[in-house]
Amino acid sequence: MAEGTGAGASREAVDAPRPDAALPDAARPDAPRPDAARADAARLVAGLPPAPAIWCAGLRKGYGRRPAVRDVSLEVARGEVVGLLGPNGAGKTTVIKMLLGLARPDAGEAMILGRPSTDPAARARVGYLPELFRYQPWLTPAEVLALHVRLAGASVPVAEQRDCLSLVGLAGRTGDRLGGFSKGMQQRLGLAVALVARPELVILDEPTSALDPLGRADVRDIVLSLRSRGVAVLLNSHLIGEVERVCDRVVILDSGRVAASGSLPELLGRREVRLHLTELGPAAEQRLGATGVVERVGDWFTVALPADDGPGDGGPGGDGPTGDGLAVPDLVRDLVGLGARVHAVEPGRISLEERLLGILRAGTAGRPTEGEQ
Amino acid sequence: MSTSRTVLTIAALTLREASRRRVVLAVAGLTVVLLALSGWGFSRLAAEAGESGLTSGEARLTASIVLNLVMFGFSLIAALGTAFLAGPTLSGETESGIALAVLARPVRRPAVLLGKWLGLVTFGTGFVVVAGLAQCLVVLVTVDYWPPQPAVALALLAAQTVVLLTLALLLSTLISPMASGVVAVGIFGATWIAGVVGGIGSSLGNDAVARVGTVSRMLLPTDGLWRGAMHAFQDPSALVQMGGDEVGAFPFLGVAPLSPGYLAWAAVWVALVWAVAAASFQRKDL
Repeated sequence: MAEGTGAGASREAVDAPRPDAALPDAARPDAPRPDAARADAARLVAGLPPAPAIWCAGLRKGYGRRPAVRDVSLEVARGEVVGLLGPNGAGKTTVIKMLLGLARPDAGEAMILGRPSTDPAARARVGYLPELFRYQPWLTPAEVLALHVRLAGASVPVAEQRDCLSLVGLAGRTGDRLGGFSKGMQQRLGLAVALVARPELVILDEPTSALDPLGRADVRDIVLSLRSRGVAVLLNSHLIGEVERVCDRVVILDSGRVAASGSLPELLGRREVRLHLTELGPAAEQRLGATGVVERVGDWFTVALPADDGPGDGGPGGDGPTGDGLAVPDLVRDLVGLGARVHAVEPGRISLEERLLGILRAGTAGRPTEGEQ
Repeated sequence: MSTSRTVLTIAALTLREASRRRVVLAVAGLTVVLLALSGWGFSRLAAEAGESGLTSGEARLTASIVLNLVMFGFSLIAALGTAFLAGPTLSGETESGIALAVLARPVRRPAVLLGKWLGLVTFGTGFVVVAGLAQCLVVLVTVDYWPPQPAVALALLAAQTVVLLTLALLLSTLISPMASGVVAVGIFGATWIAGVVGGIGSSLGNDAVARVGTVSRMLLPTDGLWRGAMHAFQDPSALVQMGGDEVGAFPFLGVAPLSPGYLAWAAVWVALVWAVAAASFQRKDL
């Protein structure tokens, strides 16, 4: 995905409809009457798609001399679920904090739901579960939710707040003080806090770090339900499987930079086939090499397949083996024709984890991955 | 969300914290013990005065001094209490992560700070006024002494608490929670001692030493406000009884009422320190 182009285009879309930007023109003597200009501007705004849930460009942040984030640009569309991946210290949490106005960027700008992130009103419809989740230990879960509803300036009936606690499995503990809560329970409460004020954007920073497998499944269901309701989600998680299951798009950060980004089909488009071959002549080897990059371990050959080989029947995100278009049957037919003996053919799909590791290792070796930028 | 709603929500939350964390209970318990002890002490004083035939002037002087002494105890409780509440309530929340979820809401940081400050001011001044008034009543019942300006005295004690907690709030935006409490109380104690040293200097006619007290009272107005409060608590004849100019060296009598200029400076001081705290909190990365 062309991240830079997308971000630039949306920037214009964001800037153009702002009514205050239209006023100076309206004030010129040759301009139409202000009322008419304002009405025109309003019509223009009404006809435009809503601004992205998150848009940021050129974000930079350093702590002392150590740069934590260098030039990060990303975008999350309305209703989109985007996963933020990367190793420890990649700058994921710092990016999130800058988006929420909790940390001041050294450079760059960010817009949340169409407003500059420096404006507190931008966060009116944002729910946030911090990586370091801690809530007032002298309050009860019901009181914490009531506090956050009040701070958000929202009006959410008590019954709906209680439903929110039920959703995260805290229905039976609404009246207990948080002081006695386990970390997992506090993280569940954090999730309820992020969801309670009817957000249009939810930012979850490691939402399952303290949860048991059941809790993780709950979070997955919650994210999927948010997506179905058109709520945008930015999900920072170390659990790649989790990201792979729920995210439309993934942004991979490494050493404070966007190492790669794209939709899952884009990132996982590369497929491969493992072949167990013997009596492989030079012509057959050449045929293998013509298909794609070959890795050999003994008699086992792993061949990367071209990305344009047609989609398989499993599709990205499916768990079963994918169909392989025509590249694999053609390859096997040719190899047999060239005298090789084919013992096994195992089609495979590169997992997001392998892809992530590949990108990060390439970054470590000083070879930037430009393809997805 | 409107700023005033944020301020009131956070102020109410701060008060609820003080009550839920049993700070109110602990302070109330301590106050009751102190009131009971002082009640016993004052009743003994009255009995002794009757037996040894103290003049009414001497009895009033003794009552004034002991009242100021006990009030100093209350001002210490208020100072320590609010300083150690103000530290954790801001930097502690920043450290623990509680502030992350709150400040990610559509709130302005100065509004959150103002809410905290207002909550602490309500708590601190509420304590000083209630405990101080109760102490005055104890003195009235036991030795039949009523301070000449109780309202002014209690207001100045409350102002002293406000000054110290504003300083503690500023420190808590800069340093760790525990350090902010310790530093605030340390500076408070140092200013009090500087005030006593200044008093000794003026009673000895040594201008340089006297200036120590004057400067420290400008830098941190707690001691100046405390001396004004003492002056309002004590009997006007006490100063004459203690012997004119030399009374400045005595730490539990106030020599003169506070000038309007000094009161204005104290207000400006609080506003300035609060503004620095707000600027520091606004710039803080969480």
